[in-house]
Amino acid sequence: MKKWNLIIDVANCTNCNLCTLALQDEHVTNSFPGYAEEMPKHGHRWIEIQRRERGTPPVTDVAYLPTMCQHCDEAPCISAAPDAIAKRPDGIVLIDPVKSKGRRDIVDACPYGAIWWNEDRQVPQHWFFDAHLLDQGWAEPRCVTVCATNALEAVKVEDAEMEQLIAREQLEPLRPDLDTKPRIHYKNLWRYASCFIAGTVSVERDGVVDCLEGAKVSLLRDGEIVATQNSDNYGDFKIDRLDADGGNYTLSVTAAGYTDPFIELTFAQSTNIGEVRLS
Amino acid sequence: MKFHLVLLGMAALFRYAKWRSPEFRSRLANKNIVVQIRTADAKQGRYFNFSNGDITSKSGVHTNPDFALVFKTAAIGARLLMPPIDQLAQIEAMKNFLFHPEGRDEDAVWFAQTVMTAIGARWRVGRKQGDGVTRYCTMTNGGPLFIYVKDGKILRTTPIVFGDDDAEPFTIKARGKTFTPPRKTSLSPHGMNWKAMVYAPNRLLTPLKRVDFDPDGERNIANRGTSGYEPISWDEALDIVAGEIKRMKREHGQGAIAQSNGSHHNWGNIGYYLSAKMRFMNAIGTTEVHHNPDSWEGWYWGALHHWGGSLRVGGGEPFGTIEDCLENAEMIVFWSSNPEATNGIYSGLEGSIRRQWLKQTDIKIVHIDPHLNDTAQFLGGKWIAPRPATSPALALAIAYVWMTEDLYDKDYVATRTHGFEVWREYVLGNEDGTPKTPEWQEAETGVPAKDVRALARAWGSKRTYLAVGGMGNTFGGAARNPTGGQWTRTMVCLIAMQGLGKPGINVGNLQMGVPHDYGFYFPGYADGGISGDLSHTALAVSLYQRMPQLATMNPSTQIIPRLKLPDAIIDGHAEGEVWDARTIEGQFVRAVYPAPGHSPVHMLYRYGNSILGTLSDTNRYVEMYRSPNLEFVVNQSIWDEGDTQFADIILPACTHLERTDIGEWANAGGYGAHFNSQVNHRVIAFQAKCIEPLGESKSDYDIFTAIAERLGLGSYFTEGMRDIDWVKRMFDASDLPSKISWKKFLERGYYVVPPEREELRPATAYRWFAEGRKKDIPEAMPLPGDYTEEFLEGLQTQTSKFEFEASSLKRFKPDDPERPPIAKYSPSWEGPNVEELAARYPLQLITPHARFSFHTQGDGKDSFLNDIKDHRVLIDGYYYWILRITPQDAAARNIAENDLVKIYNDRGAVLCAAHLTARLNPGILHAYESSAVYDPTGEPGKSVERGGCINLLSPARTQMKNAHSMANGLSMVEIEKWDGTTGFVRQAPLTTAQGLGVEAGR
Repeated sequence: MKKWNLIIDVANCTNCNLCTLALQDEHVTNSFPGYAEEMPKHGHRWIEIQRRERGTPPVTDVAYLPTMCQHCDEAPCISAAPDAIAKRPDGIVLIDPVKSKGRRDIVDACPYGAIWWNEDRQVPQHWFFDAHLLDQGWAEPRCVTVCATNALEAVKVEDAEMEQLIAREQLEPLRPDLDTKPRIHYKNLWRYASCFIAGTVSVERDGVVDCLEGAKVSLLRDGEIVATQNSDNYGDFKIDRLDADGGNYTLSVTAAGYTDPFIELTFAQSTNIGEVRLS
Repeated sequence: MKFHLVLLGMAALFRYAKWRSPEFRSRLANKNIVVQIRTADAKQGRYFNFSNGDITSKSGVHTNPDFALVFKTAAIGARLLMPPIDQLAQIEAMKNFLFHPEGRDEDAVWFAQTVMTAIGARWRVGRKQGDGVTRYCTMTNGGPLFIYVKDGKILRTTPIVFGDDDAEPFTIKARGKTFTPPRKTSLSPHGMNWKAMVYAPNRLLTPLKRVDFDPDGERNIANRGTSGYEPISWDEALDIVAGEIKRMKREHGQGAIAQSNGSHHNWGNIGYYLSAKMRFMNAIGTTEVHHNPDSWEGWYWGALHHWGGSLRVGGGEPFGTIEDCLENAEMIVFWSSNPEATNGIYSGLEGSIRRQWLKQTDIKIVHIDPHLNDTAQFLGGKWIAPRPATSPALALAIAYVWMTEDLYDKDYVATRTHGFEVWREYVLGNEDGTPKTPEWQEAETGVPAKDVRALARAWGSKRTYLAVGGMGNTFGGAARNPTGGQWTRTMVCLIAMQGLGKPGINVGNLQMGVPHDYGFYFPGYADGGISGDLSHTALAVSLYQRMPQLATMNPSTQIIPRLKLPDAIIDGHAEGEVWDARTIEGQFVRAVYPAPGHSPVHMLYRYGNSILGTLSDTNRYVEMYRSPNLEFVVNQSIWDEGDTQFADIILPACTHLERTDIGEWANAGGYGAHFNSQVNHRVIAFQAKCIEPLGESKSDYDIFTAIAERLGLGSYFTEGMRDIDWVKRMFDASDLPSKISWKKFLERGYYVVPPEREELRPATAYRWFAEGRKKDIPEAMPLPGDYTEEFLEGLQTQTSKFEFEASSLKRFKPDDPERPPIAKYSPSWEGPNVEELAARYPLQLITPHARFSFHTQGDGKDSFLNDIKDHRVLIDGYYYWILRITPQDAAARNIAENDLVKIYNDRGAVLCAAHLTARLNPGILHAYESSAVYDPTGEPGKSVERGGCINLLSPARTQMKNAHSMANGLSMVEIEKWDGTTGFVRQAPLTTAQGLGVEAGR
């Protein structure tokens, strides 16, 4: 049985919000019996784009993370309300708009915070993969069609095939700690979830300061090298995909003809250590 | 005999239409009229009696018809009425008085449109989807849309996913890869917002009159903006407007009526402001409020003098640069270029798709912008953050490194350029004693000298694309700063030093230059539409021949430069250079208001409501509206927002989803030539009337028709056409009929022009110039008479070469310190260098074009965009505009995330919600311009504004004294956590006569 999955590439999300706008276009003032009551015009984010800035100028980067109902195979919401929420054979989790009426507790059952309470209609609501359209023969959910940068891709495959895809594309769940077997899979999640240490290397020659390309930058913890990188033509280095664990690290910057400075730092967040002037 | 038969045929047509067409039947419902068609000698004819929905007709001449259409002879009548109608023959007959109407103008229009309705009785629009749903197509400023309608309501709107019978897209081969765009259209955020915009709670649904406005008595002009409105009937509203138009001419004379519109309309070649509106305004005679080249400022007034391109508003050639960049470039420098925010213009997210291809290459990417912009977020790369408006200094230092380290194309400079030595002397400091070294620029820009050297060395040794402005070769960004002209000038000088046009060396950001079939003719909106105006649109170039129409001409030659409109109304005097795209020198001509012998303006016909959100120092316009010199203001708008609230009479227009039109995606035509090179597919849409106009709103065309009828101009204005009949004429005038039938076009809603065959694609921009050949790209510019050597030889400049020293500026005002013949740096007059200003307002607020809305379109209106976290923020039930601030500046002012802050200076005070960000350096703030909402907390102009009208704060001063150039991209301000007080006292002068424009730093 082929089932639906959504692949989200964090590196491709530009925060254009076409997905959230298409969602409002589809569901505001439209109710789809058997699937969903109409969505409130404002305030509901069945698809929500989270924003994370890392670093400080001039080494700042920003990642956007679209989140939504994860269509878990072991869905906490179904455990909480098996009478009102069902797992469809195609993998989609669907909250019944009639049976869930008045069930505010369903909102709290979702550990991802992806279920929204419609105060006006007294129903819990979520992004249900546009199942109403898929059932009419539409090829994919609307958020995927409007995504111009391939940040969202819907695939309907056998679970075994999806496992291969997960391995090949290095896809990850949003919250592995929750272990809910979600059908939303993330690529390049590190852009949102990890941290970096950056800086820039320079030298002074004949009274003129210049960027130093090719300086060897090593990050050490307890004397062990965690990562090394050569500075680029701007003297810049950026050691990324790190876990800012609050520990104490040492940076070593070496280049032929220059003495090596050692920089001690506590790594609790993405850090731009600024200019390292070799002499 | 033939005349007799044709009239008999008309009777048969009416009978058929009555049977076939509900629209035809509804036209007849409330009309009782006897219409006679006859020869001038009254010997032949037939009359038609329309009575309570029935039509009878009889051969002969009626004794007392209500209306008669009189042909000079029977032969002429037969020739002109015999289908298919020959438009040119009809128009020529009108001009030569071969037929004429007798009776009321509105009956003439009614009868002619009834005939047209009968002719179109068989037309069926849209595709049935089952379950009572019909799918229509439309085109918007944000891309093409399918509109799904059920029970007369919009169900959903989607982009177009192409079918099997649509053309395949182009493929580009570069670096051993092939790149093909997806077979669907993309949308800008505001393009996915139309359902909310159509059904917005602030739609104007009836004509309104200001409660204390009495056209025959007390007008209470000073209460504009504070007194409320009451609904009135269309008849009353139209009678007042038509009556005021006549009164203005009668009591004041020609020139008394000014008309003003925003820069962008709902999409569509018929309803566009350069089309129907211009036709109407020319018909009544109006003073034109002349636009500054608003998003091109620096390009038109600056770069133009070095490399020509007046017909592109100073921008560069677009062709072939996508392929060339992907194949040949080693590096790309995005300099104040944020296409992910604005996507060039009109083009959905089409450019984003191609910039994603860039990520698949090893091309090095650099971003230069005070803000870590959306494009930098998306593409990554090296971010260099100069202080606002200082980029010209950074550019000069790059040139300094190239000159002193021999890192430029000396052969190119020697053979393809002019005046390099003069500029070189300045850059090296031999002219003014200041070498423009990287260390020199550091004091201005804040960018470390070492970074500039590293950038210059990389750039000077790699084939590099300069991605400059939103479209890559023009548009937006730093061009709208006080130093915008300087910036564009230094930009083109840099790329010329590297060999503009050589493989991998050009201007572009993958936003323009798709290899379309440009030989397939379909006009853009600036190609004249139905304007009839051969002087102020591109109508004369092609469309006038292809779609003959009655010419129109504005009898008033009076012009008001738009940025000086408050001066004109309040002071009675205004001056400014006109944007005249025809030649380089066109911009040196200064318009002076009032024009000799013309009446000063006493009435404003305002079309739209974007002034307060989009122009500069816009509290000036608030005061203008309340000036006693302005006796009457009518505003024709879709939404009640912005400056609509200052009108005496408001006419409710409908959106383009509620009327019929036709248009091609991103095809502006005219001054926006080849804008459609931004989109991956040339899509031409039959823009269906998807639903009936909401409430009592009407199409602009029908509003103009109704006013025209009250002035006896209805027949002239309409040529007897409904809007859909004009659409059919434009369809026939284009190359569409050779590819798709009218019937199919109406049903399917769009046509995709197949891409150019690979071997026939346009050549790469400026390659011809770099190689010293005649121009071989498909653009009919400059004017033939504007070449110096042989036709097609060289650039538009006097020397035909790229001019480091501009001949035009040398001829015009060589001693102008703001715009000397060579590109120089002079610190912004609105900036931290101006001590007395910076002491009071120490923060630099940059205000680029908005990302999610399109100017004021899409914003406010309780629309879906309000929910976008980076667009507005909901605080205490109100959606506030966002002010971006560094944690350092925020901490110094005790400001936290989502605090309401008052941003203020001598010109205004605006409330925003604070968002703390590391995408800026301290001392710099960021907020988009173009709020649609103008919401003063007290008396307009004398209170804090909370809708987010950032342009209340921006300087009115032009970039350069001798150029009508807006500089509203940068304002010096202070901010504080809002304490709840609402008062504001303006300290800046209001008009030029009162001292405006000579403030600090002048």
